[in-house]
Amino acid sequence: MARITAGIATSHVPAIGAAIDNGRTQDEYWKPVFEGYEFVKEWIKDNTPDVVILVYNDHASALMLDIVPTFAVGFAEEFLPADEGWGRRPVPTVYNHSDLAAHVAEQLVIDEFDITIINEMDVDHGLTVPLSLVFGQPDEWPCKVIPLAVNVTQFPTPSGERCWKLGEAIRNAVKTFPEDLNVQVWGTGGMSHQLQGTRAGLINAEFDQRFIDLLAHEPEELVPMTRLEYLREAGTEGIELIMWLIMRAALGYGVEEKHRFYKVPASNTAVGHVVYEARS
Amino acid sequence: MPRARLYSLEELEDIPGTHVFTARRSRQGYHLHKFCMSLMKAENREAFRADERAYLDQYKMTEEQKEAVLARDLTRLIELGGNMYFLVKIASTDGWSAQKAVSSMSGMSAEEYAAMMRDGGRSPEGLRSKREQN
Repeated sequence: MARITAGIATSHVPAIGAAIDNGRTQDEYWKPVFEGYEFVKEWIKDNTPDVVILVYNDHASALMLDIVPTFAVGFAEEFLPADEGWGRRPVPTVYNHSDLAAHVAEQLVIDEFDITIINEMDVDHGLTVPLSLVFGQPDEWPCKVIPLAVNVTQFPTPSGERCWKLGEAIRNAVKTFPEDLNVQVWGTGGMSHQLQGTRAGLINAEFDQRFIDLLAHEPEELVPMTRLEYLREAGTEGIELIMWLIMRAALGYGVEEKHRFYKVPASNTAVGHVVYEARS
Repeated sequence: MPRARLYSLEELEDIPGTHVFTARRSRQGYHLHKFCMSLMKAENREAFRADERAYLDQYKMTEEQKEAVLARDLTRLIELGGNMYFLVKIASTDGWSAQKAVSSMSGMSAEEYAAMMRDGGRSPEGLRSKREQN
């Protein structure tokens, strides 16, 4: 049977991708950010999954214009890195595990989540920057990736509660897949940031630290937080943190926190990162 | 099950210095955003650079939106229905970093904004709610 063994959360700032692609990770500005990922790059060598269900948001690269899905699962066999205005990132093509993607999407609909199926799309920095942070710069990504895109751009986004329930449903769906697969769920985005208006540049370190403090062992404290509270406290783009709840819920009741990291800033954003192993 | 935690979208207007991108604003910005996403192809970026006005005239944007694009007035574009995830494609076409683009709305110079971010960013104190002034 397939099982979810671990979860990773990380910010997915595009400038981090650019720093990797342009060989600037050891610059004075970037070094302290990348030091926070030394742990996961070692840890993943012993914990490489067969499949990552990668929860991210599309930044108006493939979605959000003509079609605005609340939750969307990528179904294509492969996904190219998107050209977001400066050419495609020089990173490997992302290959899907189509059978598991189909199973998860089917089970989620049966479980009353109205999932959108995406049969063709490119994937942007929201998906590729986390892969680069964890796996570095390989010729091929060492596992299959199922993209799961969440609308955190157009309001109302799904609520934190809804995201939590989706994570629980993903857990149940994976458990009922007959093939023996090691699956990780990654939640990306955040932490606090705002990219518009005179409030641009907002960072709320106190909020972010509390979020990380509670996520591993007291996530029920975070689940009821309203969308409005995310916007007020963590900035308009800080609501990306609801995607961390999907990851956490997918791991089940008990987790072991292997690593945590927090650093301000990367470009406009507070960088947060955790690594959890599932206990059950 | 009670359907809890509903609230009026008018509450969103209570956040200082912020235009939350709602479904209505998404429709207002649709043609502007169609232009922005066209810049995801190198040949379109070249055509836009060659004659910005002629390129914009291919899209059913409002005149105000076109003028704000030509002026690179991101504050105005957000007021006219824009969302930064679309608008940043204009900045990328110009070779601006996302930080420089965002700083242009902040009321500070790019250098001042970068220094603020290095010092820990903008504090949320006093910027959570117009009504509560907290």
